[in-house]
Amino acid sequence: MPRRRRKPFDFSTAIVFFISAISGVTVYLREGQERFFAIFRSDVLLFGNMLPKMLAGCLIGGFVTLLLPRELVARLVGAESGLLGLLIATATAVVLPGGPFTIYPVAGAFLGIGADAGTAIAFITSWMVLGYNRALVWELPFFGPDFVLWRIAVCVPLPFIAGILGRMAIRAFALQMDSPR
Amino acid sequence: MMLAVNLFLWVVVVVLGVMVAMRGTDLFRENVRDSIIEFLRLIPRIALGVIGSGFIADAMPQDLIIPWIGPQSGMLGVAIATLGGAATSGGPVVGFSIAAAALKSGGGAPQVIAYVTAWSLFSIQRLIGWEIPSMPSRVVWLRATVSVPLPFLAAAAAMLLHRP
Repeated sequence: MPRRRRKPFDFSTAIVFFISAISGVTVYLREGQERFFAIFRSDVLLFGNMLPKMLAGCLIGGFVTLLLPRELVARLVGAESGLLGLLIATATAVVLPGGPFTIYPVAGAFLGIGADAGTAIAFITSWMVLGYNRALVWELPFFGPDFVLWRIAVCVPLPFIAGILGRMAIRAFALQMDSPR
Repeated sequence: MMLAVNLFLWVVVVVLGVMVAMRGTDLFRENVRDSIIEFLRLIPRIALGVIGSGFIADAMPQDLIIPWIGPQSGMLGVAIATLGGAATSGGPVVGFSIAAAALKSGGGAPQVIAYVTAWSLFSIQRLIGWEIPSMPSRVVWLRATVSVPLPFLAAAAAMLLHRP
């Protein structure tokens, strides 16, 4: 499966760069060289510590993409219903690497083969709040492991809650989810 | 703790790597090369965000942040952070830079968790750019609607546990 190449620099990165530069100059002028380099050093250290984990995250992502093709995931999740369905949807979304360009087509596919909307909602929610790939590669360098692990821990129930609420809403309001968009 | 996390991750890398290598060494080599290129491409953006957020946090006046989303701001602070997260457009560099800057400049952990959760669930760019084109739109709107309580629940759990 080809991966979408991320550009190393884009518009929103340019904005972050611009604001960071202004903030850096502000700190340097207002609080002096010593404070400037103290902040710089601690953030470079945090980032450097996370580099091996980021690399591991990228490698795991590549391997899992090969070992767990999305057709298999769609069949696995689409075949189950009930609470077990929510559990499988949540668990597979945690281990499935990749960005929105892999996740939504998978969710769309298992809707197509008969999974209910609640399962799809649990799957997408799980990828958004529990996905290890983004946590490892993106979040960890910013926050360090303590914050990230606790954030994930308090988010564990969320995919189930979203899936169950979705099913309740479908039943309560007799929503038609299988009609075309 | 850090060592255990690193060790665990690299054990996973080795196990998965062996599984891929058993399917073919060329496949393995190509996959590793792609992943390393991906990693190298990510470095400049994440480095910029991490280092930049440190400066942004220090340059921002703390008496502006703390009353709004500080540890004492309670559920109102969580609501403000949730709205902010949902309104943030842009990729992970933007979302995580803002969140990290808020945490470093005195934002409360539950409030920052609400921000990150809301940004993950509702980022308009991803909703319009990816989700609506690839899913039936009724499912997308149902998902967005049932997700409204989630940032509040995550923040409440963090408050109850007094963590992180």
